[in-house]
Amino acid sequence: MGMTMTQKILARHAGLSEVKAGQLIEAKLDLVLGNDITTPVAITEFEKAGLTQVFDRDKIAIVLDHSTPCKDIKSAQLCAQARDFAGKYAITHFYDVGQVGIEHALLPEKGLCAPGEAIIGADSHTCTYGALGCFSTGVGSTDMAAGMATGLAWFKVPAAIKVTLKGKLRPYVSGKDVILHLIGLIGVDGALYQSLEFAGEGVAELTMDDRFTIANMAIEAGAKNGIFPVDDKTRAYLEGRVSRPWEAVEADGDAVYEREVVIDLSALRPTVSLPHLPSNTKTVDEVAGLPIQQVVIGSCTNGRLKDLEEAAAILKGKTVAAGIRCIVIPATQQIYMDAMKAGYLETFINAGCAVSTPTCGPCLGGHMGVMAAGERCVSTTNRNFVGRMGDVSSEVILASPAVAAASAIAGCVADPSKI
Amino acid sequence: MKIYKYGDNVDTDVIIPARHLNDPDPKALASHCMEDIDKDFAKTVEQGDIVVGGANFGCGSSREHAPLAIKASGVKCVIAKSYARIFYRNAINIGLPILECAEAAEGIRPGDEVSVDFATGVISDETQGKTWQAAPFPAFIDGIIQSGGLLKSLKARGVAK
Repeated sequence: MGMTMTQKILARHAGLSEVKAGQLIEAKLDLVLGNDITTPVAITEFEKAGLTQVFDRDKIAIVLDHSTPCKDIKSAQLCAQARDFAGKYAITHFYDVGQVGIEHALLPEKGLCAPGEAIIGADSHTCTYGALGCFSTGVGSTDMAAGMATGLAWFKVPAAIKVTLKGKLRPYVSGKDVILHLIGLIGVDGALYQSLEFAGEGVAELTMDDRFTIANMAIEAGAKNGIFPVDDKTRAYLEGRVSRPWEAVEADGDAVYEREVVIDLSALRPTVSLPHLPSNTKTVDEVAGLPIQQVVIGSCTNGRLKDLEEAAAILKGKTVAAGIRCIVIPATQQIYMDAMKAGYLETFINAGCAVSTPTCGPCLGGHMGVMAAGERCVSTTNRNFVGRMGDVSSEVILASPAVAAASAIAGCVADPSKI
Repeated sequence: MKIYKYGDNVDTDVIIPARHLNDPDPKALASHCMEDIDKDFAKTVEQGDIVVGGANFGCGSSREHAPLAIKASGVKCVIAKSYARIFYRNAINIGLPILECAEAAEGIRPGDEVSVDFATGVISDETQGKTWQAAPFPAFIDGIIQSGGLLKSLKARGVAK
């Protein structure tokens, strides 16, 4: 029986010639990731269990991105704990303030993820790396501790939903609109315990940054992972980043899928998710004019160069509306530098945006843009749960960088084609 | 024994809001558990109480702080229609008993007296005189639970040092 991309990668990492959906396996890991919120809990479990060895110091990444530069004393203490551990075990890929970027933009950029690899991270958006044709999934801190100690993790082999993309995106429509549309179609548990396997001629039309955005939010449909086939754009992205050998994995022609969803990219409109679930989607036309107080452009979902380019193209020569706070956060130092050289940061500052050093900050209501009671934000982040970005009565509307930029100028939810 | 019953898609941001993740001490987490959807939970929850949820319980962030907060609140177990997969792993790995049973999650009412037999997965609602059978754990996962958690099971096998 044929296997999906995910099943093939899991079979290889479990040393098996074949796996089936539902089978429980133990797989070898190519990378284990944690951040400044999840790593301290993993370290506590690691030490409580009396462990004293990591499986491979080159295959662990610790990224202090969530509360940094530290927002309070308790967060600083957690970062200190992670820093000490990274020092003690000589962790190669440890990223602190000054080098750090948002983990899911940083790791691919640094060449730590390659096609065919198996990666776990103590962060739910670890599924982002599936854009590069690897298996990557979010886990908790105890799994991270076990992964650091053994290089192993247990998995239930997922069944799959095939997402066939056709056509080509229209202007002002991007990867964010594709994934919000998909989540709106299948629901926040539409892919529970399953993998989302992207396929079809439409894949070639998507930039790598769009693919990262789409894979990033697979978790918002409940999926274990999202994965794209490897093509020329993937190879171009990996060039100069990954020097170790890697092997692309293709789905078998007779791979079994639970269902197929077909999305015509050319039919998509700019899409937003209203509070309080990512599946609560509307096209921007349906909700244009809804008042807002804040705009956030950034995060592991939409803090990459193409995202900033799209926002800058709309904000160029324009001004953020009175009463609106627009916060722009390049996801990594490299992206920050590239955006500076391209003139995007100047555009943002001239428009009246605040530009921040890389951090997850406002996405999870941590810092750098926490909201007061009753406030509403258009955000390029990934979750709009109750209280996600601040007070329990504040609201988040998920959108693309283009919609976010247009909304900042209009002072309300706005269609970027009409700015 | 009390029942705390919630709807579908209870996410880990409401189980434990991110503003409290800077102190991962389980007791500190428990003092804020559920506060964004149920202000009374942390004040009234007692040892042996049961949380009942709908579909996709524990969706969203991978924060292990969520099952830790529920466990440290004294909650005996969670019964839900279905679980988000990371929460499911985390609960098993830290030893918070969870049961998947759509009928029980639907049928149990707040105020009911409910008992659970973890060995058999039988959930008994003594107030209504009803019993339900939860889905059994696969042997592999049961092995982790019997070992006292993931790290203990890996140490016992000699693969973690």
